[in-house]
Amino acid sequence: MRALDRKLLRDLWRLKGQVATIAAVVACGIASFVALRGTFTSLRESQAAYYEQQRFGDVFATLRRAPESLKARVEEIPGVALAYTRLAETVMLPMDDMPEPAVGRVVSLPADGVPPLDGIYLVSGRLPRVGRADEAVILEAFATAHSLSLGGRIPAVLNGTRRDVRIVGIGMSPEFIFAISNPLDFTGDPKRFCVLWMDRSAVAPTFRMEGAFDDLVLRLQPGASEASVIEALDRLLGPYGAFGAVGRSKQISHSMLEGELQQLEGMALWIPALFLFVAAFLLNVVLTRLVYLQRPQIATLQAIGYPSWRIGAHFVELVSVVVVVGAIVGIALGAYLGRGMSALYAQYFHFPESFFRVDPRLAAIAVLVSVVAALVGALGAVRSILRLVPAEAMRPPTPLVYRLGLVERLGLDRIFGGSGRMVLRELRRQPVRTLLSSIGIALGVAIVVVGRFQADAFEELIDVQFFRAWREDLSVAFVTAAPARVVRELSQLPGVELAEGERYVPVRYRAGPRFRDSVIVGHADDLELRRLLDRDGVLVPVPEEGLLLSAKLAELLEVRPGDDVEVEVKEGERRVRTVRVSGVIDDTFGLMGHMRTAPLHRLVGEEQRVSLVVMRVDARSMDDVQARLKEMPGVGAVTRRMSIIERFRAQSGETMLFFTAILTAFAAIITIGVVYNNARVALSLRGRDLASLRVLGFTRREISAVLLGELGIQVLLALPLGLWLGDAMARLIASSVDPEQYRLPVHISARTYAFAAAVAVVSGIVSALFVRRRLDKLDLVEVLKERE
Amino acid sequence: MSPNADRLGGGAEGRRAVLEARGLTKVYRMGEVDVHALRGVDLDLFEGEFVVLLGASGSGKSTLLNILGGLDVPTSGRVHYREHDLTEADDGALTRYRREHVGFVFQFYNLVPSLTARENVQLVTDISDNPLDPEEALALVGLSERSDHFPAQLSGGEQQRVSIARAIAKRPDVLLCDEPTGALDFRTGILVLDVIERVNRELGTTTAIITHNAPIAAIADRVITIADGSVLSEVRNATKARPADVRW
Ligand SMILES: Nc1ncnc2c1ncn2[C@@H]1O[C@H](COP(=O)(O)OP(=O)(O)O)[C@@H](O)[C@H]1O
Ligand SMILES: [Mg+2]
Repeated sequence: MRALDRKLLRDLWRLKGQVATIAAVVACGIASFVALRGTFTSLRESQAAYYEQQRFGDVFATLRRAPESLKARVEEIPGVALAYTRLAETVMLPMDDMPEPAVGRVVSLPADGVPPLDGIYLVSGRLPRVGRADEAVILEAFATAHSLSLGGRIPAVLNGTRRDVRIVGIGMSPEFIFAISNPLDFTGDPKRFCVLWMDRSAVAPTFRMEGAFDDLVLRLQPGASEASVIEALDRLLGPYGAFGAVGRSKQISHSMLEGELQQLEGMALWIPALFLFVAAFLLNVVLTRLVYLQRPQIATLQAIGYPSWRIGAHFVELVSVVVVVGAIVGIALGAYLGRGMSALYAQYFHFPESFFRVDPRLAAIAVLVSVVAALVGALGAVRSILRLVPAEAMRPPTPLVYRLGLVERLGLDRIFGGSGRMVLRELRRQPVRTLLSSIGIALGVAIVVVGRFQADAFEELIDVQFFRAWREDLSVAFVTAAPARVVRELSQLPGVELAEGERYVPVRYRAGPRFRDSVIVGHADDLELRRLLDRDGVLVPVPEEGLLLSAKLAELLEVRPGDDVEVEVKEGERRVRTVRVSGVIDDTFGLMGHMRTAPLHRLVGEEQRVSLVVMRVDARSMDDVQARLKEMPGVGAVTRRMSIIERFRAQSGETMLFFTAILTAFAAIITIGVVYNNARVALSLRGRDLASLRVLGFTRREISAVLLGELGIQVLLALPLGLWLGDAMARLIASSVDPEQYRLPVHISARTYAFAAAVAVVSGIVSALFVRRRLDKLDLVEVLKERE
Repeated sequence: MSPNADRLGGGAEGRRAVLEARGLTKVYRMGEVDVHALRGVDLDLFEGEFVVLLGASGSGKSTLLNILGGLDVPTSGRVHYREHDLTEADDGALTRYRREHVGFVFQFYNLVPSLTARENVQLVTDISDNPLDPEEALALVGLSERSDHFPAQLSGGEQQRVSIARAIAKRPDVLLCDEPTGALDFRTGILVLDVIERVNRELGTTTAIITHNAPIAAIADRVITIADGSVLSEVRNATKARPADVRW
């Protein structure tokens, strides 16, 4: 082995603490990139492959009932390549293993079992036989959640009649990658929603749909305008009770997946960038010091005939080793974390195959980018090598340059005492490094804040939405709106203390060319159980007249209070009316409009009706009431508020814990990386001075104070900066979450701030202990003799 | 090279000049003030001779040696190594010159602390064409037993001997030593001078030593005294003293 390579190895070994901590930061960057970007691309590719294989549609429409003959007219619309008509019915599944019924969606299969669009991927079993109304292929996630297997039965209330359906197959479909019963059910609980694919000819009579369809999937010709097809389709289907066709972007499963993908793509960019920035910074600090300390050595190498580029390469090799070690650990860690993340995603997004894999190209990119970042960090140091004049080797070592600053000139330094004065002078000598170090630590603090902010936001959201806004024990949703008298009937059930009705009317809001499909919620006067609270938990009254819109919806429609919006009612007489916007509410979930019941009924042109009844129920009677409700005709879903909360907490809890744990670990690594490296650099730069102080009679404690005082100040400076930065980053992330689904309240708890600060301080102390140990072992004779 | 063609034929001493400097000046610009380290120095080093450059601290000796060794460039004037004009050479050519022809011994030894004695020597043999074996070089300076020791485990004199072994391992044409005994006590200094003298005698390497210690001059073939950036005098010793007989 060449002597220079041996020097490299020995230097690496001597700097192992620094090599390890910087490599760890690099590893975090690469791991986060491999995990996030890997999950992103894997999801993207799985999505594309799945859509392709199972012929995911382009345009989707739901209507009340149309004769099959209409299909030919649909196919005549310019731009339509293929139209697939089918039945899609919402049913109730009173499962034995949970108190409230699950929501079922019966989707018809053609006679040959192979839908031309929106096909199913059969995980196991077979398709239902033609004519068998008691056989179904069911959604895999539901089967898993309820431990159902082939040959088992599930109870279903089909159009009012209860029937046990036999599970002949278990499957999944690209239209139910994210499977929820309705857009307002954001929890995505697989226990609560099931698709039953059943033979069309067998179920048509049950729903009185012989020779008719109520659901439509289209494939468009390449280059066709989706908007114009939708417009033509809506015109054609309007008379048949169509709810307004939508493209993929408004298809629930697709839009949820896209929202997630967008977020992942963003995170896969900025999180690794953050780490690589810190790694580059650390390499710069460490290498600059190293080159400074090794100036005599470098000059000697030049003097004995090593060309400058060879010496530069020597330091580049040193950097490369750090990056390569970081890369190997990072890729392995990234693969592991990516698998974990994918497993979390797989709970909500269901694909035929598990989708995470490490793309070697991706890993290569990550390593390349890290090497570049590291080299950029190292560049300055290496450049200064190339500029060194070899005559330097001959010169005696140069002392560090100090200047007297304002503080000294004013004599203020006397109040700090000896050690304090040295700390102060060192900080003054290196203001940029002090600042950059503080920024590095601040980034660590910010990462912890970001890691916990979502948990905070969700807690806040739960508190506002499920404790302060919603106060019922139980809610009952009806398949179709029920006459208002059910409220009184339900309130008379034994155990029910209070019952109140809410009306949900599906509408399309339109303002000029802009539209959104959503609902108007009708609020009776003097409601107690459900109130409208904004994001900050402030009560917002529903105006006597006119419409109160989600602020986000108003923004999307570009309307303001006082403006008019057009409302197309998708029920009853399907009226189109103009309504005055009388206010907006900055709420957290969905895009909604709110009205008083009286004007809403007038708008729809109906008698008093309710879609949902919320009830306060005596705790002891809860199970009885739920059992009674399960049997009631027309009831679609019965939901306990507490079970929503539990579900919400359980699901987001796991994800939050995962991210919080990882980001906290990463942040600790960054902080330790910065603090430890700064301390080591300071120690090696000033080991001689400190040893000299010891010789003069200073105690270990006193010289430690000189060195660690600097670190303490860096950490202290970093705390407010980091908390502020974390807050800003949290806001940025909150705004990057698809705001049409939910809007996180940016509320960072004091606990999070304290935790983030604690991570920085503890990391600082741990680094300080390492350095302190080295200080204690400082061999006076050795240090004074050796010149690096 | 024409300017010194007549000298190559046989100079005053009848030997070829290995290094030839003419009119060397060096000015260091320190902000407002100019420091004139060299003010027009003419100097020749002849094949195989042992020269001592004597002068007070700050007189410009190191600056001169650095320029002769290709570590630095003069502000004006010319340096020739045999037929090569060093003042015209670019960085690559200077590096090659140092690598192939010059051995350096520094006042502060300048060993790489993370490498053992042998590895420090190997640093040079790795990049030389026809080097001595590192062990052989260490044997020449009497340090065979210490070849696996790191600089921190060696005394100052031993480190300096390693540094000499490193300098001669490439079989240099010129050995340049800047105050090789400057950081050493008297007894150790003698030991180091002895090694340098032996290398000069046995390998015939042209050698220049810088010192501010006048008595050391006695061991040289020729003594050049420098004062305030100029050559003050040049004396040829009738008889060379042995390093062991020198006292200071
Ligand atoms: N890099 C430099 N910058 C400025 N002045 C220098 C530098 N190197 C040497 N000098 C000055 O040049 C003069 C000669 O220095 P030097 O050659 O080192 O002397 P010597 O080796 O004889 O002690 C001194 O006055 C010294 O201060
Ligand atoms: Mg000198």
